[in-house]
Parts: sequence; C-alpha cells; structure tokens
Amino acid sequence: MTLVKTVGMTVQMGGTTALKNVDFSISRGEIVTVVGPNGSGKSTLMRAIIGAIAPTKGHIDRLDGLRIGYVPQSLHIDPTLPITVRRFLSLPHRKSAAEIEAVMTRVQAENLLEKQMFTLSGGQFQRTLLARALLEKPDLLILDEPTTGLDQPGSAAFYRLIEDIRQELGTAVLMVSHELHVVMSASDRVICLNGHVCCSGAPDVVASAPEYRALFGSGTQGALALYRHDHDHHHHHDHNHDHDHGPEQEHEHA
Amino acid sequence: MLDDFLVRATLAGIGVAIAAAPLGCFVVWRRMAYFGDATSHAAILGIALALALNISVFTGALVIALVMALTVSTLSGKGFAMDTLLGVTAHSALAIGLVAVSFLSGVRLDLMAYLFGDILAVGRSDLAIIWLGAALVLLLMLRRWSALLTATLNHGLASASGINPKREQFILTVSLAVVVAVAIKVVGVLLIVAMLIIPSAAARPLARTPESMAFFAGIIGALSAVLGLRASYLYDTPAGPSIVCVAAGLFLLSNILGRFRVA
Repeated sequence: MTLVKTVGMTVQMGGTTALKNVDFSISRGEIVTVVGPNGSGKSTLMRAIIGAIAPTKGHIDRLDGLRIGYVPQSLHIDPTLPITVRRFLSLPHRKSAAEIEAVMTRVQAENLLEKQMFTLSGGQFQRTLLARALLEKPDLLILDEPTTGLDQPGSAAFYRLIEDIRQELGTAVLMVSHELHVVMSASDRVICLNGHVCCSGAPDVVASAPEYRALFGSGTQGALALYRHDHDHHHHHDHNHDHDHGPEQEHEHA
Repeated sequence: MLDDFLVRATLAGIGVAIAAAPLGCFVVWRRMAYFGDATSHAAILGIALALALNISVFTGALVIALVMALTVSTLSGKGFAMDTLLGVTAHSALAIGLVAVSFLSGVRLDLMAYLFGDILAVGRSDLAIIWLGAALVLLLMLRRWSALLTATLNHGLASASGINPKREQFILTVSLAVVVAVAIKVVGVLLIVAMLIIPSAAARPLARTPESMAFFAGIIGALSAVLGLRASYLYDTPAGPSIVCVAAGLFLLSNILGRFRVA
C-alpha cells in the first residue's frame, strides 16, 4: 500500500527551483534512502512530504490518517527553554509514563528521562528524537540526516538501531543520508536526487548507474565495494550479524 | 472594594501579569523581544489616531498594534534581516506616533501617561477590559499550549504532527497585540516588553519544565505588581516603573539563587 506519493512535484523557494518534477512514492514497510549532494533538495523533499511546504506544481497524496514520525536534521533547543526529556517526549500529545519508559529503553537511553534537553550530547539527542518519533506510532518514519554530528561508531550504532526497529515494527522508513555505504546496505530502494530524480532503484542498480557515478565520482568505488561486501554478509549470516553488534553497542553506551 | 483606586490598580496589575506570563515565556523562547517592542511602540500611533477619531484609546491601540504585529510577522523571512526590520519599524512607529500626537490640537494629552502608564487612574471599565483581554490571552495560551510549544521547538516536528507553525505564530502575534493594548494603562508602551520578559527571565532558574516556567513567571509578575504599587504608594514613585523595578530585583534574586543551587 502506498503511504505517500508525489506526482510531478515542483517546489520553488525564493525564486529558485529546489525540486523539479519529482515523482516519488513509498509503500508500507519499505525502507527508502535519498542521497544527493548538498543543495540537491533532499531536505526540501522531506519537508514537502511532512507538509511543511506546499508544492508549487504537481501534488502530494498522503494516505488518509497517515502517521509520520519525523526526526529533523537539526534541532536547536535554546537554554532559555527548560524542558526535560520526559516532557519533550509528550509533545504534542500526552504519552503515558509506561509508554515513555518503554520506548526510551528500546533506544537505549532510559537514563536520560530527567535530563534537560539542552544538556544532551549529539548521540543522546538523536536517540531522544527517534524515541519521540516512535511514540507517535508512525506508519512512516522520516529521518533527515539523523547522524549529523555523530562520530562513525555512533552513527553506525544509530543506523543499526533504526534497522532493528524497522524489523520489529514494520514501519516504512525514509532517510536522507550522506553516508552512502551505510545506507546502501540498509535500503530497499535508493533515490539519487539532484534537484530532480537522477536515478532510483535497488541499491546495487543505483550504485552502478552512470548518473549516480557522475554525481559521486571516484569516492563511490570504495563505498560500492563496502556495500557489496556488507550485502553478501547480511544474506548469509543473519544471526551472526545481530550477535556481532551486541557488545559494540554496549561499548558505545558506556 | 473596587471603589479604592489602589485595589483597582492592584487588580489591573495582577491581570496583566497573569496574561503576560505564558506569552512572555514564548517571547523569551522565540527571541521575540524586539518584536514586542515594535508592536508596543506602534500602539502610541494607535492612541493618537483614537483621540483624533474620538474612539476608545484601547480600540485604537489594539488595531494599530495588531496591524504592526501582522506586518512584521508577514515581512519576516522575506529577505529582510529580522533585527534590522524590527529596528526600523519599532522606532519609526514610535516617532510617527509622537509626531501624530503633536498634531492633536484641542486635545489635552498627557503623553507621559501613555508612555509610562497610569495605573492609579484605572477605572472600573478599564479594569473590565484588562481582565477580559487577559482572560482571552490566557485561554488561547492554555488551549494551544502544546501546539505552540511544539512549533516553538521545531517547525518540522510541528508540521509532521499536523500542526501549522504559521498558525501558531499568528496566535502569538494576536495575543501580543491584545496584551499590549490592555497593558498600556498599567505600565505604558515603553515598559510593556519589560512585563513580558523580566518575569519570564526571572522564572527561568526556578523551572525544569516549560509549564513551571510560565507558572513562576505569573507569580513573579503578580508579586512585582503588588510590591511595586505598594512601593509607589509609600515612596511616591511612578507606579509603572516601580513595578518594573521590583520585577528586575526579583530577576536578580532568582538568578543569584539559581547560581547557588547549581554550584
């Protein structure tokens, strides 16, 4: 079932065209990643999908009653605004204490509940944002470069968490990312964006498309190799994979 | 009881303080202080027009404050730097208002009363208007608290939950105009923003959640009104500025106490 669909969507902002004639759709349970250089309209696409900006041309269809969990690229909380993690998780809708504690345990951040939001580190902040998005019981989870500001182990752990949660809940996931090799291995479908959709499809198809290579150049080679390696690994050793990462996560936490 | 001018003044001060508390928190969180200045300074033009047209001063101030707030709110994000835009509009509005007042021949106008408030002259009908305006703003804040707070934190989070950040901005803008209009009598156009910001800033070190900050801001604002009026009566000082002085004192006190608690 299609959750969100854009048809011939063009978005203009301040006289410049951020997106041109974009056809996009995501279905229930699917995991789709949007890649593209800076200024290619990735965030604009996300903002159009959540309804923050209206298309100049074309249209967006959302499933009736679609619930979106959104993790923004950055969220600055001013120190003049006192707000505990617990209170933040109840915005905009009240959640029960049990729900809140369960979801924070799930994202391995249960010790943060009474902390002030503006004191959190980058990784703690992203986990809190993810927890808040999950509390909305989303059909579609949208993550706009969720690992900005995290170091490599931190962002790897964060992506693993998202993958696990997707498997548990069957939520569709739409991500924007710069970390090509990581997202490639985790995606059902990749969309390469540069003001318009350059190419899209299964990760290995996109990775070998000339349009994609033109955008990402030689750096792609390494990423591609990594991706292929990872991909095989996942297929044959599903269980080992899960176990492998257990200790790493704990380590990151300590 | 309402026959006593000091009782009326105190009730007027408390009314404004209670409405200003939640709104003032948003002004602080969203860094809208200058925006508040522009709106309140424009009110002096509204007063001049009201006197010229022979309509109620309250209505005139409300209309012009509303026009000003909506203009600035619309122009923001359209290529002007916000602080420049507000610097231009706030001071032009005040200057145009002062010039307009000078054209009013035949009207005896006590300019000081509008610039610094005339809380001791608050009558029964003034009191009714102040409490009506305050109740309206308070009701709006309570009903939309969660949406306003989400939109203040992040526009994207709000949109994804079906909240329109522009509408929340509009609600704050209208509330600001209402508070400005009802607070003119109490503290005057030059000190309205003080009543919005100082109690909220004083409440910050005492609060762990947005709600408790708004609550403490209300207490501190009301306390400032009561003590300020008392001081004004005892020492024969101007009432509006005395209220603001007490609020400033409480701000210092709570911040010093806050330092000790952290240390």
